[in-house]
Amino acid sequence: MFLTVTNELFRGFWENIQIFFLTLLFSLPLGLIVCFGSMSRFKPLKYLTRAFVWVIRGTPLMLQLIVIFYGPGLMFGLPSMDRFTAVIVAFAINYACYFSEIYRGGIESIPKGQFEAGQVLGMNKRQIFFKVVLLQVVKRIMAPMSNEVITLVKDTSLSRIIAVYEVIYMGQNFIKKGLIWPLFYTGAFFLVFSGLLTVLFSRLEKKLDYFRG
Amino acid sequence: MTVLQVEGIKKSYNGTPVLKDISFSLEKGQVAAIIGSSGSGKTTLLRCLNFLETPDAGMISVNGKPIFTAGQALTEAQLLQNRLHFGLVFQNFNLFPQYTALENILLAPKLLKKGSEKNLKEQALMLLDQVGLKNKADFYPYQLSGGQQQRVAIARALALSPEVLCFDEPTSALDPELTGEVLRVIRELKSHDRTMVIVTHEIEFAKNVADVIIYMAEGVIEEMGAPECVIDHPQSERTRTFLRGVYDTY
Ligand SMILES: Nc1ncnc2c1ncn2[C@@H]1O[C@H](COP(=O)(O)OP(=O)(O)OP(=O)(O)O)[C@@H](O)[C@H]1O
Ligand SMILES: [Mg+2]
Repeated sequence: MFLTVTNELFRGFWENIQIFFLTLLFSLPLGLIVCFGSMSRFKPLKYLTRAFVWVIRGTPLMLQLIVIFYGPGLMFGLPSMDRFTAVIVAFAINYACYFSEIYRGGIESIPKGQFEAGQVLGMNKRQIFFKVVLLQVVKRIMAPMSNEVITLVKDTSLSRIIAVYEVIYMGQNFIKKGLIWPLFYTGAFFLVFSGLLTVLFSRLEKKLDYFRG
Repeated sequence: MTVLQVEGIKKSYNGTPVLKDISFSLEKGQVAAIIGSSGSGKTTLLRCLNFLETPDAGMISVNGKPIFTAGQALTEAQLLQNRLHFGLVFQNFNLFPQYTALENILLAPKLLKKGSEKNLKEQALMLLDQVGLKNKADFYPYQLSGGQQQRVAIARALALSPEVLCFDEPTSALDPELTGEVLRVIRELKSHDRTMVIVTHEIEFAKNVADVIIYMAEGVIEEMGAPECVIDHPQSERTRTFLRGVYDTY
């Protein structure tokens, strides 16, 4: 019995893991683009981006999932995306907005003198961003990023709202068969995974300990 | 030969004039020391020279060629090019914390492809030696004292061989016992014929390193000339008052 349950739950958790990694894959860079938009000197772009971020951060991810899955079909008569794609789209957009704010905070916390030192040394904006600022930003945002990433691990189970068979959904299935412990068991999957991430993040932080700033 | 010519530079922030018609010129190897009370526009002037700010009016020429004329917009490429005529050493060093002393010096020349990796490294080590920090090449900024950091910053600026090297109060952020080592490096640059513009509160130092003293007050050059004139025999009442403040021998 235990093995059957474990097996089922692993099948479910595989969905969670896929959502987790694909979301990171898309939202980490997308967040940077959103961040640049929200810091743009071109006012309309800046305000539009900030309004967008406000809407995404100000409404539940669950609602966004439903809208993205059912919305295109109901509003425009478009064929709906498959469930998994809809989940990735919703998660990527949602997390990109959260990341963009973390990035922005990080970039704005870098002393102006760092940018100016790059400028007087004849570097262009790109070089200043990538060679001078980026690593300092990464170091500064490690803690909030690790928070957000661990939240993402748990958020992946929201995908069940549009019937993606993620781990909690699988665990809940066993209730019909009179078993409650598989549901608690799902918690162990999250604990182990976020434990691993915590270790990974503290390793990364250690790696960046070689400089101060 | 005139290296730097500044003519009629004006700069306002939100309608408040900060620089009102600044003109001066420097010959090759000359050192100008800019003195003046807080808020007189010294930093703003250096920032204009380094194109961190755009003057509202005036002209800047280097080696007889105008590189900036107010009203004529510069392209991004021209801006980058113009900045290379000048170097700037900041009051608070602004070294890049994630790079060692050597890497700080190498970064810009590498990015600007100023030579082969090997040559650049040799040059960087030579510069470190010149500022007396050869043995600190692999130290990160946080491992260096303020005076050492400032000397690395000077070497970093020198690595691009700017025609005019500017200093904005290079010793103001340092403990008094560390100012000497930085001033010594600057004095040595003078003996190597570096053209420099130095904003400083160290009147004694200004007097002995500068060929020209520029006293600024409220956005204008109130008095300009040889140290013996401006510092020892100031003509303007304002200059006298200022010097009396920093210098109790008057
Ligand atoms: N970015 C800015 N926006 C608005 N006002 C500014 C700005 N930068 C400088 N100012 C103003 O311009 C004036 C001159 O400033 P500046 O920094 O050039 O003076 P300073 O001579 O370098 O003074 P200090 O000796 O204190 O460094 C000050 O009154 C300052 O408030
Ligand atoms: Mg100043």
